[in-house]
Amino acid sequence: MEKETSKRIVYVDNNATTSIASEVRDAMMPYFNDKYANPSSMHTFGGCLSKDIEAAREKVARIIGASTQEIVFTSCGTESDNAAIFGTLSSYPDRKHVITTRIEHPAVLICGEYLQRHGYDVTFLSVDSYGRIDPEELTKSMRKDTVLVSIMWANNEVGNIYPIEELGRIVKSFDSVFHVDAVQAAGKIPINLKNSSVDLLSLSGHKLHAPKGVGVLYIKRGTRFRPYIMGGHQERGRRAGTENVPYIVGLGVACELAMKNINDENTRVKSMRDYLEKRILDEIPSAYLNGDPINRLPNTTNISFEFIEGEAILLMLDRAGICASSGSACTSGSLEPSHVLRAMGVPFTRAHGSIRFSLSRYNTMDEMDYILEHLKPAVKRLREMSPGVESFAK
Amino acid sequence: MWDYTDKVLDHFYNPRNMGEIKDANGIGEVGSIACGDMLKLFIKVDEKGIITDAKFKTFGCGSAIASASALTEMIIGKTIEDAKKVTNEQIAEYLGGLPRAKMHCSVLGHEALEAAIRDYEGDKTGVQPEEEEGKIVCKCFGITDAKIKRVALENNLRTVEDVTNFTKAGGACGSCIPEIEDILYELWKDEPAPKEKIATARIEKPKMTNLQKINMIQETIEREIRPQLKKDGGDIEIIDIEGNTVKVAFRGHCTGCMSSQITLKHFIEAKLREFVSPEIEVVEIKQT
Repeated sequence: MEKETSKRIVYVDNNATTSIASEVRDAMMPYFNDKYANPSSMHTFGGCLSKDIEAAREKVARIIGASTQEIVFTSCGTESDNAAIFGTLSSYPDRKHVITTRIEHPAVLICGEYLQRHGYDVTFLSVDSYGRIDPEELTKSMRKDTVLVSIMWANNEVGNIYPIEELGRIVKSFDSVFHVDAVQAAGKIPINLKNSSVDLLSLSGHKLHAPKGVGVLYIKRGTRFRPYIMGGHQERGRRAGTENVPYIVGLGVACELAMKNINDENTRVKSMRDYLEKRILDEIPSAYLNGDPINRLPNTTNISFEFIEGEAILLMLDRAGICASSGSACTSGSLEPSHVLRAMGVPFTRAHGSIRFSLSRYNTMDEMDYILEHLKPAVKRLREMSPGVESFAK
Repeated sequence: MWDYTDKVLDHFYNPRNMGEIKDANGIGEVGSIACGDMLKLFIKVDEKGIITDAKFKTFGCGSAIASASALTEMIIGKTIEDAKKVTNEQIAEYLGGLPRAKMHCSVLGHEALEAAIRDYEGDKTGVQPEEEEGKIVCKCFGITDAKIKRVALENNLRTVEDVTNFTKAGGACGSCIPEIEDILYELWKDEPAPKEKIATARIEKPKMTNLQKINMIQETIEREIRPQLKKDGGDIEIIDIEGNTVKVAFRGHCTGCMSSQITLKHFIEAKLREFVSPEIEVVEIKQT
């Protein structure tokens, strides 16, 4: 096999990050060279920018069915998660029990592990082999001193969607604060927080075709919250720091676009994902779907290829310009495979060979064919290289 | 993303000697699926003890496949005795270097070779000696203290991070890290850290010409060394430079100073090693 240089990029790693929509980029441009002042300034040159921020805030509020006073801009989803957790805990210093799940993003999980080492009791809810949470387990875990429950709306690796309303009702019946990391869900599935049980919600710009470096924390009216980033009075004293005007404006436009395209996401994009997934499972032997096949995001498919390793598959795809990601140990940054797959009990023979394809509205059907065209020989080649099944059985 | 050299990528996209040898007289199988790395090495040795053929099968990442491919290329044509001398560092060097966190792939290759040779030499148990001798330190990856010591000694590993890079021990739950620290302490307590090995450099710095080296030595002495010595009323003069040896003579208050030897090694030599090359040696030429 010769090494071909491929200029074509087929980007199917949208759960990692997304391209910036051209409308978003265009909306941001004036704020770099022309409208660069500080929105808190007294002069009109600066002060009028606060109107642009408020306009963006309204667009963000609309995509989640919130009111504008409930929207706080942050630098990213991770900051929103951290702020939600620590901002809540410091508001209820006497309550020392926190509940979260084993399949959360590290932005929540690592906070949980930190809290365990600093005087908190943390319960990590388990998941079944499909990655689903059992509401009974949540009920049984709730205690009088449970201050916060943090559960993600949708999982970034396998795409599972969690029954947030049902789980929220359980949380609120015990009078705890309910935080939801909706970083992967926003823009892909409809979210309406009006009359919901959600107290805090995290959102991230770069997952919906806005730039990296802007996020949102939704704080329901009446929720006790201490600021995580302290300093000036921006964001009504809830998050200090000079507002990132261009990125906030960009995020507003991205949210508008996401709302317009949400049907497309759940029809056309979903059908591309279904097509890709079906062809892979039909045409490549020993390929297994990971996650809940029913309640999941319309754009994500996580598939394990038995007997071969994820990084090697990615390297093969990379040569053809195909960008995806893997749950294998070699790609995880630590030496262990994805904590999500492990929590689901996916056997090692499959966890190391898992690949996640996550689509966006910018993908096309012929890209799906292109992926199959390169994936099939890659898997075949790597399987030829792999020690026989008997070696695996040991 | 791993920064792989062109050679690693070449061995990954175009692996050499991939396959099985039906009538192999030595087979080594190491690693495990749980770990994410497994290598099966087949060797064919003739009556003269020369490896005439070698093939591999791997379950693993880009580095694992490339390391196995490189290994087979390195051993074909060698005698068993010469093959025994191949180290994991040589495998990494053959590939132009591996990312440090991937060095365990080269170690796996080396272990497969050892296992294949042991098999050829009649030991059919398939168990590595250190699996028998040692006690398990890292439960997550099944690494014994004997293995940690061996790899640390062979590769001059001084930190837990490096032990993890080369063996994976400590890379999962981390509960064995204190024990790894103890092993390293015991191993190195009587030996100072030697010069840094550059075997795992990912990008090879172009070698300096003699002229460039001489110029850099002179510049460093002018910029870093002489001003400091002059503050104390001393000075230094370069007498000659031969290869990596810089011959100097002290001037002014440095001559006859009790601390001149310390100055020579811990200041002048240290500075030249920092700015020019770690192999520089400074020697005093006493002039009457």
